[in-house]
Amino acid sequence: MFGLVAQTLVNGINVGAMYGLIAVGLSLTFGVMKILNVAHGEFLMVGGYIAFWLFTLIGLDPFLCLPFVGVILFVLGALSYKLLFSGLAKFHEEAKVKNSLLVAFGLFLIFPQIARVLWTSDERAITPAYSGESFAILGIRVGYVPLAGLLVAVVIIFGLHLFLTKTYFGKSVRGTTENWKAAKLMGINVERTYLITFAVGAALAGIAGILVGMMQTVTPDMGMPWTLKALIVLVLAGIGSVGGAFFAGLILGIVEAVSAIFIGPYTMALGLVIFLLILMFRPQGLFGKE
Amino acid sequence: MAVDWKKILPIVGILIFLIFVPLVTSRTDVLTWFFLTLLYIALSQSWNIIGGFAGQVNLGHAAFFGAGALTARYIWLHFGLPFPLALLGGAVAATLFAMLIGLPAFRLKGIYFVIGTLVLAEILRLVFYTILPEADVMPMKLLGTYSLNPRYYLSLLFAVLSVAAVYWVSRSRLGMGLLAVREDEEAAEASGVNTQKHKLVAFLISTFMAGLTGGIYAYYGAAFRPGGLFEPVWTFDAVIIVFVGGVGTIIGPIIGSVFFVLLKQFLSLYLPGGMHVAVFGVLFIIVVLFLPEGLVELITKVRHRLLGESSQIVS
Repeated sequence: MFGLVAQTLVNGINVGAMYGLIAVGLSLTFGVMKILNVAHGEFLMVGGYIAFWLFTLIGLDPFLCLPFVGVILFVLGALSYKLLFSGLAKFHEEAKVKNSLLVAFGLFLIFPQIARVLWTSDERAITPAYSGESFAILGIRVGYVPLAGLLVAVVIIFGLHLFLTKTYFGKSVRGTTENWKAAKLMGINVERTYLITFAVGAALAGIAGILVGMMQTVTPDMGMPWTLKALIVLVLAGIGSVGGAFFAGLILGIVEAVSAIFIGPYTMALGLVIFLLILMFRPQGLFGKE
Repeated sequence: MAVDWKKILPIVGILIFLIFVPLVTSRTDVLTWFFLTLLYIALSQSWNIIGGFAGQVNLGHAAFFGAGALTARYIWLHFGLPFPLALLGGAVAATLFAMLIGLPAFRLKGIYFVIGTLVLAEILRLVFYTILPEADVMPMKLLGTYSLNPRYYLSLLFAVLSVAAVYWVSRSRLGMGLLAVREDEEAAEASGVNTQKHKLVAFLISTFMAGLTGGIYAYYGAAFRPGGLFEPVWTFDAVIIVFVGGVGTIIGPIIGSVFFVLLKQFLSLYLPGGMHVAVFGVLFIIVVLFLPEGLVELITKVRHRLLGESSQIVS
């Protein structure tokens, strides 16, 4: 029994790290720009496919793909923002929030179809030689790939945290989150802050996509399920709390893994039910302040 | 009240044409296109009330469509009651469900309402794929006498009713209140509009209509998987049609539905399946950014320009 529970916990943490990574990007863009990017999962999908290409076409190790995918997705995110979202600035506050949601919804419609043309509907997985390998501690199997994925996620989240708290640009991001009008008056280039934040969010999603591609599979329609996962985590954590998002991701991963033992196929729905309950009774999230 | 024949005649003409379609042709593909267009008109008009007039972006419309369809199907086929009763039962089930969800859901403002409804439909989809994994097939006896014509007329009836309902809402005091809520909720509240009540009533009307539309689908589908009734595509198609056609207008969803079905059929001849969704995605973004009233606005603009120029030539 101990073995089963411990093994489940380890598996849950591994999956949770991916949840956390994708939710952090979504949380960042929502917190700073008040844009609910329902196309966030699409960036994850694109990241996964680019890593798949780099791996199968030129044989690049998926972990070495990280910087490439990060940069490509950063550019893609920046372009999307520049072309589509920056035009929304002309609307007043409420319309801006709603229209940005709708634009993201439009992107969500387009991306999977393009992916279907480029990569077909087949399930793709990134399988380097070591992908199935694992080692044992106290009889618990720990896979190399999930462990490395967890490390990558932790390092990236920690890096993001330092970036937001220690650098001057991070300060401007936090300032814009608090009050963009005041930030603008203080001489912060709000437009550029938005652009970079959105691009960083996309890059984070893309990197999460590599991990998903190694541990699960990549398909054109994977975007929406992952966006939903990220939304659950986001609401669990409290919207806009970056550090909280990562921990909430871990919690969701563990809860899902453990509950799978007891309620089997209803696990997927469980996460969503938790989500609705939180939304109704504690809308500021577990880690949010009133 | 003076009757404006210029406006009424074309409507009557279109209706007579639609009534005669099944008598003129027996091609099932043509009938199916018409059926789908009418079904989409009913579905998108139902979304239009909550999303277009009240301005509450409901991304979980499939939940109510599915609840109506599944209830109607069970009452009709599995409990063996007459179909009209089943249709009503489905709509009532969807509305009851909306009431259950609506009261807490409207405590969630703006973005939370969007996420909440999106997730709700997803829960139902997962649950029904799990508890009812097998396809629901019509009994052989019914399949033997299956005819598209009654399905077609039913969809025509409900498409007309849904347009009438939206017309009524747009002219009523309720509609005025909803517009006020959409434009500025706080200002509406301050000027004495009970915003919670308005939103809830709009939600109930909208979901009742979605439930009815689901009932039509339950009557039409020879076989489907219960979970599939809750697929987000039912929501998304409605949202796309309403926005591309013209959100918050009466004629917009009609134009949108015709355009959507036609383009879907046309593109499927030349492009790999599903590409019409991408085309509509692009259109959708263009509409949101540049044409807030969709194709309706485009048509009026073009007409004004043409008429304006021709009148200049005449003068």
